[in-house]
Formats: sequence, structure tokens, C-alpha cells
Amino acid sequence: MASICFYFQVHQPLRLRHYTVFDKDDRYFDDYKNASICRKVANKCYLPTNRLLLDIIRRFQGRFKIAYSITGVLLEQLQLFAPEVISTFDALAETGCVEFLAETYYHSLSYLYSHDEFIEQINKHAETIEHLFGQKPKVFRNTELIYNNDLAALIESTGDFDAIITEGADHILGFRSPNFLYRPKGCNKLKLLLKNYSLSDDIAFRFSNRDWSQWPLTADKFADWINNINGDVVNLFMDYETFGEHQWEDTGIFNFMRHLPEQILKNPNNDFKTPSEIVQSFQPVDTIDVPHLISWADIERDLSAWLGNAMQSNAIHELYRLEKDIKKAGNEKIITDWRRLQTSDHFYYMCTKYFADGDVHKYFNPYDSPYDSYINFMNVLGNLHNRCSMGAAGNAPCSLSKNKDSPN
Amino acid sequence: MLGWEFPPFISGGLGTACYGLTKAMNQLGIEVIFCLPRMVDDKYTTHVRLLTPDSQTSPAVKFNDLKNVTFRTINSPLQPYSTPHIYQRRIEETLRQKQGMHYSGDMCDEVHRYAAVAAELAADEQFDIVHAHDWMTYPAGIVVAAISGKPLIVHVHSTEFDRSGENVNQMIYDIEREGMERANKVIAVSYFTRSIIISRYGISGEKVEVVHNGVERNGNGFLAKTGIEKDEKIVLFLGRITMQKGPEYFLQAAKKVLEVMDNVKFVMAGSGDLMHRAVEMAAELGIGQKVLFTGFLCSEDVQKIYEMADLYVMPSVSEPFGIAPLEALNNDIPVIISKQSGVSEVLMHALKVDFWDINEIANKVIAVLKYPPLGVTLRNYGNFEVRKLRWKDSAQKCVKIYEETLVAV
Repeated sequence: MASICFYFQVHQPLRLRHYTVFDKDDRYFDDYKNASICRKVANKCYLPTNRLLLDIIRRFQGRFKIAYSITGVLLEQLQLFAPEVISTFDALAETGCVEFLAETYYHSLSYLYSHDEFIEQINKHAETIEHLFGQKPKVFRNTELIYNNDLAALIESTGDFDAIITEGADHILGFRSPNFLYRPKGCNKLKLLLKNYSLSDDIAFRFSNRDWSQWPLTADKFADWINNINGDVVNLFMDYETFGEHQWEDTGIFNFMRHLPEQILKNPNNDFKTPSEIVQSFQPVDTIDVPHLISWADIERDLSAWLGNAMQSNAIHELYRLEKDIKKAGNEKIITDWRRLQTSDHFYYMCTKYFADGDVHKYFNPYDSPYDSYINFMNVLGNLHNRCSMGAAGNAPCSLSKNKDSPN
Repeated sequence: MLGWEFPPFISGGLGTACYGLTKAMNQLGIEVIFCLPRMVDDKYTTHVRLLTPDSQTSPAVKFNDLKNVTFRTINSPLQPYSTPHIYQRRIEETLRQKQGMHYSGDMCDEVHRYAAVAAELAADEQFDIVHAHDWMTYPAGIVVAAISGKPLIVHVHSTEFDRSGENVNQMIYDIEREGMERANKVIAVSYFTRSIIISRYGISGEKVEVVHNGVERNGNGFLAKTGIEKDEKIVLFLGRITMQKGPEYFLQAAKKVLEVMDNVKFVMAGSGDLMHRAVEMAAELGIGQKVLFTGFLCSEDVQKIYEMADLYVMPSVSEPFGIAPLEALNNDIPVIISKQSGVSEVLMHALKVDFWDINEIANKVIAVLKYPPLGVTLRNYGNFEVRKLRWKDSAQKCVKIYEETLVAV
């Protein structure tokens, strides 16, 4: 028995178009591809799942609760390509049973490279969420659940947040269970919610796996596991695209979700809570010390999916090396393009770890190879760099008007 | 086995493949009799050394490291990558110089003459299966299989469509198709070639198995470094300069690269019927001073050029397999290979392009030269990947095909 805390990560990157070293324009993104993927995911996942969860919330009259973290990069795309999704999220927000979390607007790894940029992006995201859904986020989650003690301290120092979310990795927990609220080491006020990766992944990854000994996973079986939980809270954190996109509709994922709340609520000791309610209801049982960076990715739970090879670390270093010049030049369009390049997916595409095994990850990679993605990214970055230097030159009064139309 | 090339008598990848395959089979304990035609005059094959007069008289040549492999050679001017036209010229000149030799003077006849002699030789030998490498040995394979009653396997290292594009030689095509039709099994060196065999030769897919080539690791790291110093980047084309290898795409891409960067030289190592055309083309493109033609390189010089090169480009129009990029990776050179190649099926850590997409070839060449981490990553993973492509695995697949064929017969 426990409080179930669902949080769904909702994100789609802005994919780059094929950009060669010979390209000179500043159109970096593949509008057609981004629009069609956005529409596809909206139809397969966002719209049906939003509708389903809205039904469940209404049916249980406030007893079913969930949380979302929606990236700014996706919200921009939804406004352009699938605005009806925004209104269904808004409808969810109005039920009062849905919490929206804070993260970096551009789904970036900026925490690792620039704290100024990191904070700016969190603020931009919080403003957007408040504007769209009328909530000021009180719980923070970092991109890919990347986390360490310093991050918690930084987030606490902003004074904007009550709690932070990360992976319940075995090596940070030791003998302890993820099913309690903790305190980050070095923090006085901030609380820490840890993902129960085992139960989360049962839904997100293993649900349709016929080789899994627990297949098929039914709502009452899952509720049984929850009933046997010894703890305060079960944090089920997963990509929202689990519903209809990672697990296709014919796997029965929607039916599973439709029946899960009533199975769980059959036991009067279980309930659903949003992250903020968890924070209010429970006290930290212990302090968690995470001196080294962790994430929610792969078995390693480290950063190797984004920074594991020479190309990845080169690309991201080159990107953040531009920060000073770009902010000095002060051209909003250049700053936005630079920020859009920070989305972690761009670096994930360059990962050579999964390359050999024809992994599931491949399905979500627009490139044939990590090498192609690196080349493309570096070509774009080269152009951005040129624009930035020219933009700086353009600040001289005489060439200002000329520079307005074509930064090239 | 019926073949037409064997080191050091090689002009392309076929000899290398036959060597690697037989060596691995030798290690598996499979006894191989390798029947080989031999050109009598070396004047027209500058890169090929002849056997010593001593061994020319002995019917069987033994390689020290190949205990289970016996070689039988047949005097013949057969050349794997020649055209009937060149063949005719060779024959005429050979005839002029070597009076008394009885060449029929026609490529088709020659193939059949080779078949007749192979059949004679085969009569003296004991074997279970006939394995013929590429079209020139197919008629021999058919005859030997018919006489001995043993099953025939034809191994397709390249097809007429790879060598000649759409201007296929009907005679060669007919020989190829008959070989494939009569064979109990057809081995293709790639899925790329398999699909040509099915679509262009009308062979049933069930009959066509794919066995990818391997790569020899010959004592790398122990070779003395040449210590050549250079301040320019070197992009390498290594192979026969023929239509099949796409030299014009290399040059056009070079032109594009040079529009963006200056400190780079393009080396075309190899010879072939388009060599003169390529030299002219480099001049026409105005990049003559940036393109070096070396002619055919012996293996020692190849080693040197690998040591100097920063990048290897194989823009082949149609490459059934393509061992050369594997050798480049073996030598720690990153590679760009065309998607129209068999080797792109087995290499993940290579940059891949469509041979006609000169813009993309240039884009990738520049990327490798401009962004060092790209080359580093390609080299690290590529070299490791090549280690996994072993002739032993290819030989084992062949042996499995033998076993299945023998059971079926």
C-alpha cells in the first residue's frame, strides 16, 4: 500500500534538417519532419491519452492524480502543429488533479555547462507553464533526470521549488527503498522524489515484451504489486510517449491504464497523489548523497548516452563555448537557435553505444548513423558561429540596417 | 576450387578473397585443390609477377602456409577485369611474341579452353564439391561438375552489371547466368549482389546465400614507419580507375572540397582504363595541381600511402563487396564508402554516401578533415569492428553451405 505518484515526461525535439557545409542559410530545422512527427505523436499518443486520463479523472472525481513535465520545445511545436493538444492539457489542468513540473525550457544539458543559462531556461519554462496552464511549478526535474548534490543545492538556492525529482538508482540508495521521500545532501528545505525504476519500467519498457516472465501485465496484477509495497509512495515516472508510441495501442496499453486506477483504489490504503501533495504529506526519512552525476538512462544510469564519445563531448563543448559571444551579440533569433541546439536529443543521436544492436532507440533516431548526426550538428554550429561573429560586427551603427534581413 | 587469381598474381579483390577464404578453410582442415589459369607473359600486367621458370614447369605449386591446399595452374591469358577488346589485343601481341602457342584468340573460346583443361586436371583428383569463383571459371565448373557428378557452387564476387554498368557484354552475362542456373547453390558476397543475382539473372532467392568477405590482418603495427612528414591533408582513392569505381565522383567531390578548404591533396592510387580520362578531368576541373596520380602501387607503397592518408574514399558505382575499405580501417584510416557496396552492409563505423551525391561526399570529406573528433571516433570503433570480420567465419559459412548441398544431393 502506498501513494501512487505518476509523472509523465512530454517532449519532442526540434530535429535538424540535412545541413551540409555548403549550406549558408539560417534555416536549421526540418519543419516538415518536425510537423509530421508532432502530428503523428499527437494522434497516436497525446490526444488519446489526454482524453483517457481526463475521463479517468472525471470518473474518480478527484481521486486520480497525475503530473506532467512538458518541454518548451514541444509546447512551441504543439502550438504550431497540433494546438488541440494544448487545449486538452489545459482541460486537464483545470481539473485540479494535474500538476505541471518545472524543467529547462529547451530540454537541455545546460546544468553541466552554464548555471546562468540553466537558470534562465528554468525561468522561461516556468513562465510558459504559468501562462498556458495557470500554475507556477513547485517541483523541478532536470533533463534526463540528471542529478547530483550540487544540482539540488542550486535548485534550493533559487527558492522557487519544494522538491526535486531524480532516478532511484541502486547505487545511490544502497539498501534503502525509493518508496520514501528523502532529503538531498546539503539541503535544508528541498525534498527528493526518487523514481521506482523497476515498477516504472514494467509499464514503460516491458509491458509488451512477450519474453518477460510477467507478460501479459494486467491492471490487477500491477495493483497487487502496489498493495505489497512497503513504503509511503511509489513514483512511476516515464515518457508520456509510452502510451501509443513506445507501446502501440494494440499492446493493450490504453486498456491497462483505463483499468489501473480502479484496481489500485480497490485497496482503501492506496491513493494517487501529485508530487506536491507527496511533499506535503510525508517527511524525508533520510539524506541521499549523490556526489557524482546520475541520470535515468540505460543500465549505467550515467551520462554516457549524451557525452560518451569524443564527438558528443566536442559538439557540446563547442556549443557552450559560444555562449558569451552569442549573449553579447544579443540577437534574439541567434540566441533562440543556439538554445534549440542545446536539446539533449541532438547529442543522444551521436551516441555510438546502441549503434550495433539495432536497439529500440534507433526507431527514434532521424539519422542513419551517429556520425551523420555529428557532421550535421557541427555544420549548423559552424553557421551559427559565423552569424554570431557577423552579428557582433553588425552592432556597429553603420551596418545595422543591412544586417537586419540577412545575418549572413 | 576454380579461380583465376591468387596472390601475388592479383589485380583486384578477387585474388585476396580467394587467398583469405582458402587459408581459413585450410585452418578448418578442409582440403582444397585450387585450379588457376596463368598468363604466360607478364608484359601486360605490370603489377603481376610471374612464377619462376622453375615452378612454371611443375603442375602443382605448394604454398608453405597452406598445407591442405594444392594448386594446379593452366597456361592462359585470362584476366579477371579485362574486356574482350583488351583481351584481343593481348592475345595478338602474345601471339606475335610467342609463336607456337595455340591460343584461339577469342575470350569466349579461352574460357572454354580453360574449362576443358580444368576438366582434364579434375579427372586426376578426388573431391566432393566444385566451387567456382566468378564467371570465367563457371564453364569449367559446369564441366567438372558434370564429369565428376559432384555438386557445383558458384561464388559471385562481382557481376557483369557491376563491372560494366548497363553496357553488359552479352556473352559474359550468358556465361554468368548459365553458371548460376546450373549451380546447386550460389554464394553472393553481399546482399547487394544477391539482389542483383535475383533481379537481373532471374535466380530463385532460395538458391542464393550470402557470405560476406573477411579481412586479413597481416602484421600491422610491426611495419617500419616511413616517417613521411606532411603539412597537407591527404584524401585517398585506392583501386582500379574504372567506371565501376566511380573516379569521376571522387574528382567532382574533390573540386567541391577545394572550394572550401585549401590545404588538402587528393591522391588517386591505381590504374585502369579511365586513368587518362581522370587525369584530363582533374585538369578540366582546374584542380590538376591538387590531385596526384600514382599509378598502380605495390603492397609496400600501399602501406606507405595508408600511413600518409587522412581519409579513404570509395565512391564505387556498384561494388559487390569491397575489401579495400576494410584494409584502410585496418590501417587506422577512416573511410567514406558508397551505399552501393556490399561492404556497407558489414561496416557500421564508416561514413556512407550515395556514389552520385558529390555534394554529400564533399560534405563528409570536409567534416572528417575539419572536425578531428569524427576521425578519432571512426578510427577507434572502425578498427575494432574490422577485427570482427574474419575469414574464418566466411569459410565456416561456406563449409555449412557445402554440407547442406551434399546432404541435398
